[in-house]
Amino acid sequence: MDKLKKKILLVLLALTLLSPLGIMLPKWFNADDAWGEWSTDRIEKEIGYVPEGMKKDAEKWKAPLPDYSDGSENNSLFSGSLLYILSGFTGVGIISLATWGLFKIYRKHE
Amino acid sequence: MHIPDGYLSPQTYIPFYIVFIAIMARAIKKVQKKLTAKIIPFLGMAAAFSFLIMMFNIPIPGGTTGHAVGAALIALIFGPWIAVVSVSVALILQAFVFGDGGITAIGANCFNMAIVMPFIAYGIFKIVNNNSVNPKRMGFAAFLAGYVSLCFTALITAIEFGIQPIIASSPEGIPLYAPYPLKIAIPAMALEHLLLFGIVEGVVTALVFRYFYNSNKELIEVLK
Repeated sequence: MDKLKKKILLVLLALTLLSPLGIMLPKWFNADDAWGEWSTDRIEKEIGYVPEGMKKDAEKWKAPLPDYSDGSENNSLFSGSLLYILSGFTGVGIISLATWGLFKIYRKHE
Repeated sequence: MHIPDGYLSPQTYIPFYIVFIAIMARAIKKVQKKLTAKIIPFLGMAAAFSFLIMMFNIPIPGGTTGHAVGAALIALIFGPWIAVVSVSVALILQAFVFGDGGITAIGANCFNMAIVMPFIAYGIFKIVNNNSVNPKRMGFAAFLAGYVSLCFTALITAIEFGIQPIIASSPEGIPLYAPYPLKIAIPAMALEHLLLFGIVEGVVTALVFRYFYNSNKELIEVLK
């Protein structure tokens, strides 16, 4: 592997390990979810009702690692951070597998 | 900027799916043509970079959060078509595995962040830099590419939210999907990106671009 690729991989590893900053900073600065990405509970609090279509479609899909966590609402910042890092590795792992698969297919057709 | 399930009506998300699949098919063909054993690892690294950078939620103190996308940088270094493919992979993964962005909204989310954003970024760099080799000018062009492309992406996302009450309401006029009108959605999403998240995208784009320029100039697609 050349120098550049090694460097990029190191940066990606660092980003994965530092990713909990993405949940810590919002907590420290008392910031909310992203605008327009609220759960139906939150929408109900905001406008007093859950729109009909939204009720039907929202939360239909049960993601295995919802919000880069285990779906529990009351994780400590520490376990939340560990789950966040684990999610980061999971995502990068899936991408790596797909890339490796693509590489194999490419080699076969070369 | 990841639209969840339940926010877009079918008359919105179905057309976006069709457009996304058509452009993705074209992108895959374009990337396939240039595919070499050397490029494939970069594709994966680009997707991983975009996936990870989106995990860094940036707070507006006491307000909302947002994040960079990385699509501008990928478009400048590897070209917009590789950005289409790699950022789409990251977004589809986020939707299925992490529930970040809806399954029904994959077409729209990919259209916004993986199609519009890289092409705007690429175009802005070309126009602003105008073939200059002055490092300051290139840095500025890279910053603007990131800044403007993310803000523009936020704007079209806000429009997709904001048209829902107009095109999908009950006969009594009650919204069936995203409830906020354009005059709330546009200022809310545009301002936070103009003031903070766009700047972060711009700075990341400019800094990493400079690194690539100093170490591997020959690789940079937008300079070819």
